[in-house]
Amino acid sequence: MLLSPYPTTGERIRITLLWLWCGLVILFLLVPILIPVPLSFNSGAFFIFPLEGISTRWYAVVLGTQRWQSAIGNSLIVAFGTTLIATTLGTLTAIALADEKFPGRRIVMPLLLSPLIVPVVITAVGSYLFYARVGLASTYAGIILAHTALASPFVVVTVGASLTGFDRNLMRAAAISGAKPVTSFFRVMLPLILPGVLSGAAFAFVTSFDEVVVVQFLASANQRTMPLEMFIGLREKLSPAITAAATLMMALSIVLLVVANLLARRSQRRPVAAA
Amino acid sequence: MSALEPTKLDRPRIARDRSAADAKAAKSVTAKLRRAEFGDRLRSLMLAAPLLVLLALSFGIPIVLLLSRAVYDPTIADALPQTSQALRGWNGTGLPDDAAFLALAADLRDNQAKGTAYELAKSLNARLPGARSQVLKTVRQLEGAADKPPLEVMKGVPFWSAPGTWPAIESGTHSVTSFYLLSALDLRWNADGSIGKVPPEQAIFLQVFLRTFFVAAAVTLATLILGFPLAYLIASVPKGLAAILIVAVLLPFWTSILVRTAAWTVLLQKFGLVNDLLLWLDVADDRLDLMYSRIGLIIAMTHIQLPFTLLPIYSVMRTIPPSQMKAAYSLGAKPFTAFRRVYLPQVFPGVMAGSMLTFILCLGYYITPALIGGASDQLISNFIANYVNVELNWEMAAALSFILLVFTLALFGIFARILGLDRLKLV
Repeated sequence: MLLSPYPTTGERIRITLLWLWCGLVILFLLVPILIPVPLSFNSGAFFIFPLEGISTRWYAVVLGTQRWQSAIGNSLIVAFGTTLIATTLGTLTAIALADEKFPGRRIVMPLLLSPLIVPVVITAVGSYLFYARVGLASTYAGIILAHTALASPFVVVTVGASLTGFDRNLMRAAAISGAKPVTSFFRVMLPLILPGVLSGAAFAFVTSFDEVVVVQFLASANQRTMPLEMFIGLREKLSPAITAAATLMMALSIVLLVVANLLARRSQRRPVAAA
Repeated sequence: MSALEPTKLDRPRIARDRSAADAKAAKSVTAKLRRAEFGDRLRSLMLAAPLLVLLALSFGIPIVLLLSRAVYDPTIADALPQTSQALRGWNGTGLPDDAAFLALAADLRDNQAKGTAYELAKSLNARLPGARSQVLKTVRQLEGAADKPPLEVMKGVPFWSAPGTWPAIESGTHSVTSFYLLSALDLRWNADGSIGKVPPEQAIFLQVFLRTFFVAAAVTLATLILGFPLAYLIASVPKGLAAILIVAVLLPFWTSILVRTAAWTVLLQKFGLVNDLLLWLDVADDRLDLMYSRIGLIIAMTHIQLPFTLLPIYSVMRTIPPSQMKAAYSLGAKPFTAFRRVYLPQVFPGVMAGSMLTFILCLGYYITPALIGGASDQLISNFIANYVNVELNWEMAAALSFILLVFTLALFGIFARILGLDRLKLV
């Protein structure tokens, strides 16, 4: 499509330059995120190519030492807690907002999205200030609560998108057939919007699992999560163990987000009210 | 629904039967309907309520509480009750009367007895540079010479009779204060009641705000230069190839900021890959110090923000039919003219959305400057964190947060106003 059927020399030069430039930009995008992967399998203790040899010793450090193990455990506790709360409450809110009659929709939506807009340091410092007063600082509950605020907008948006393809007449039909609202939610609505809900859950999980600023302010020494351990490690001394941790985290978030996006796309492509 | 509506055949009968009783019944049906709709509304409110309440508690209250610290600081008023009382009638010029000096001496002694003298010294020092050592010195003298009249001790320390000391104490005795917000902009109240600049040696924050804006602008520009041609290429190639190219944009987009920052700390080392490349290309004569430098920070932030700039541009470019450019060519437009007059005006909203999004997000950067920037590359968020973690000065952290939030929300308001919130959706 780029070249016209009878390209002039000038056009050929322009298109070649465009491809060259874009090739460099793609290298700039991909090389930095791929570089930790080979380095994490380096048997030496330095970050210099060529690699000294292939080994999994740095993975043994990340998966085998107590410090990293407890960090992984903490990350999973926080991320699962956040996912559970954010997905449940976010789905309910998305259902409520999908109703045009919902009062003040135009005000509620920006408010729901505001945790994504406010710079995260402000959220973290504010949470620290308030949670310390009510005894939630240095607790899992506090971290999960703060992460829920950051993660729930993603659930509301993805579930909301999957609800645009949901035919509300199905709920009316279920009610006429005698189903209670709760029954018709679980038997009719949920199965149809499930891809959207799961996609929102995956977004929520990744948001919490990758988050480091709020954790830095709210977590006590034995609640350090994997990203926080990485952040501290990067500040103190650069160890190849960090490249192994980075590779693991990158793999997890890419896999989850690929799944999330495929699910979201599937739930939106659903034919609207098959006639 | 159409099956339930009266058909033409029914209409005469309905008209005939319509009586006062029916009108009443119709009214009660409307009322019932309204009640049912009210019930629906209540139910959807109840569905949304748990999350809204949770967000108010976990996010809303913390932010409001933090911002209130910027304008409400009762520490000095609480620590100096007698001085506050004595200064009520002071006109603010020259020195207050001896009663104020005596009240301050008594307050200082009380604080020493309660063990809060150091805290008072610290919070006075925030408003009155040098006050920390003077307060502690005076407290020691008041204690050491119990037989000496307190007024003599107070007058014996020149600091308490210096110009500027009493106005600062007086302003500290007001719990609601504009002091921290003004300080965050390197401003202060002058003795004559006007607002002026703080002395240059105390001015730090304007420079930090300017630095933050500069880094944000540089990163925005860099992402545009790198991202615009790539977005154009992806929008013009066949679908299959475009899908592969878009993955190259999405893979870094889906990797966390911390992981990408970690990758850049590896790349930017003195013996890292970037320096290897620069030497190999003969661009640099020697290995450069890219870590803890402004240029290293801008490179890493550009990498992180590139997808945010590119995706909104791409989503607009995708909707522009290629036939338009061909039509422009066939009407005799030169390539550059066609691009400038046909293509650019249409992709402009996408360019605006992408660059504004990147600019706004850059204003709040914290992790990347903390790990890759040097001491002189710390952005406003890093100062906020530092005031909380190191200086333990919540008021200053709150004031800086307040100003950063005002900038961020104002820019988002403009964004939503001219582009609509829908543009925030990426992919």
